[in-house]
Amino acid sequence: MPPISRGFRRRHAADPAQEGRVPPGQHVVTDFPVLSAGPTPHTPLDEWSFQLVGAIDAPRAWTWEEFRALPAETVTKDIHCVTSWSKLDTTWEGVSVDTLLDGVVTEAEYVVAVCDGGYETNLPLEDVTGGKAWVAYGYDGEPLEAEHGGPARLIVPHLYFWKSAKWIRGLVLTEEDQPGFWEQNGYHNYGDPWREQRYWND
Amino acid sequence: MAVWQTVELVAKQPETPTAATLRFSPDGWPGHRAGQHVDVRLTADDGYQAQRSYSIASAPDDGALAITVERLDDGEVSPYLVDDMAPGDALELRGPIGGWFVWDVADGGPLLLVAGGSGLVPLMGMLRRRRAAGAAVPARLLLSARTVQDVLYADELHALEAGEDGPEVTITLTREAPPGWSGYDRRVDRELLDAVAWPPAERPRVYVCGPTAFVEKVAADLVALGHDPGLVRTERFGPTGGG
Repeated sequence: MPPISRGFRRRHAADPAQEGRVPPGQHVVTDFPVLSAGPTPHTPLDEWSFQLVGAIDAPRAWTWEEFRALPAETVTKDIHCVTSWSKLDTTWEGVSVDTLLDGVVTEAEYVVAVCDGGYETNLPLEDVTGGKAWVAYGYDGEPLEAEHGGPARLIVPHLYFWKSAKWIRGLVLTEEDQPGFWEQNGYHNYGDPWREQRYWND
Repeated sequence: MAVWQTVELVAKQPETPTAATLRFSPDGWPGHRAGQHVDVRLTADDGYQAQRSYSIASAPDDGALAITVERLDDGEVSPYLVDDMAPGDALELRGPIGGWFVWDVADGGPLLLVAGGSGLVPLMGMLRRRRAAGAAVPARLLLSARTVQDVLYADELHALEAGEDGPEVTITLTREAPPGWSGYDRRVDRELLDAVAWPPAERPRVYVCGPTAFVEKVAADLVALGHDPGLVRTERFGPTGGG
């Protein structure tokens, strides 16, 4: 039994529409907090490319124009930050990772998302395929702002949001799991919000 | 210590009209690094729970674990912690958490700490650690606050600065400066950073903490002034990030 904090009570009534959508320990926000480890990078679009490398039959790369010409999807998802906020019904426009990997031959079981600024995060390949992950360049009908990860960020809504790497520039397919930035700095290697996998040993 | 443990509030001290420091003595606290945070969890008598992250204000050397909490008026947890919680009341706590926004003496310097409002809290942990270790690592703190009443730890900052090998403390007041104020009285901008920061050639280790817009601007200005982005570490408090 957790201790009762004398005098503490819920301030905002529970919204029935949110039932079953907010993982344990999370609370719903309406703004869009920003978290990142360093300065926001600003890569000019004519220098931007997206690379698919690593354990792959033939590396692939797209320029910004080529990337924008790929078939796009618009998805509406709930997102969950490890710092305990959740934001419901966020709408993203971008390219499904399935589209990027279409026809790729690989023995890899993991990917590392690599980003401007040096940020990396690791995911099982099966968590970014099968309609579970996108490289998004639009948010809420507008181009994705730099502070939220623009020009493009990974969106993996079923995991804590640090896995949805900002300023993404590519995916490295790997046969071994390679813990990324936060994963080496105290945060959980997988990060399932429904199992509250926030930190090491959770 | 990734597991939750129940702790009682040992002492509470107001810092400003909107912020208070809360002290706890967790059993078997493994120690922490300056800049890390803890998660706290509150449980209401109907079973409702809420959880938030708060930066640690105390140095690892201080014994007790202290957090300083700023009250957010539409928040749920911070008003309880600042206004209602009394010594002897209990909550759950776990940590320390985070391995990036941290500093210890071995990390060296020169050290540049840039704080917006209650973003000072983890940076104060670093200054307290520096003092406790008797370190002479050159350090500068630039603090942006709305008014002089909003400056956290004002007396201690003055004492630190006056002490042997004390940090250089620069305060800028963005909303209202008292008569006779001789410091800066505007929002942090590139020119102010240029005047206060170590030159980029000295490769200072930079820690920036505050509200998102503050951190975005300061970090971008530092990079524009020639600081290595790889040496600039940031931590942000969104309006709801600390609730």
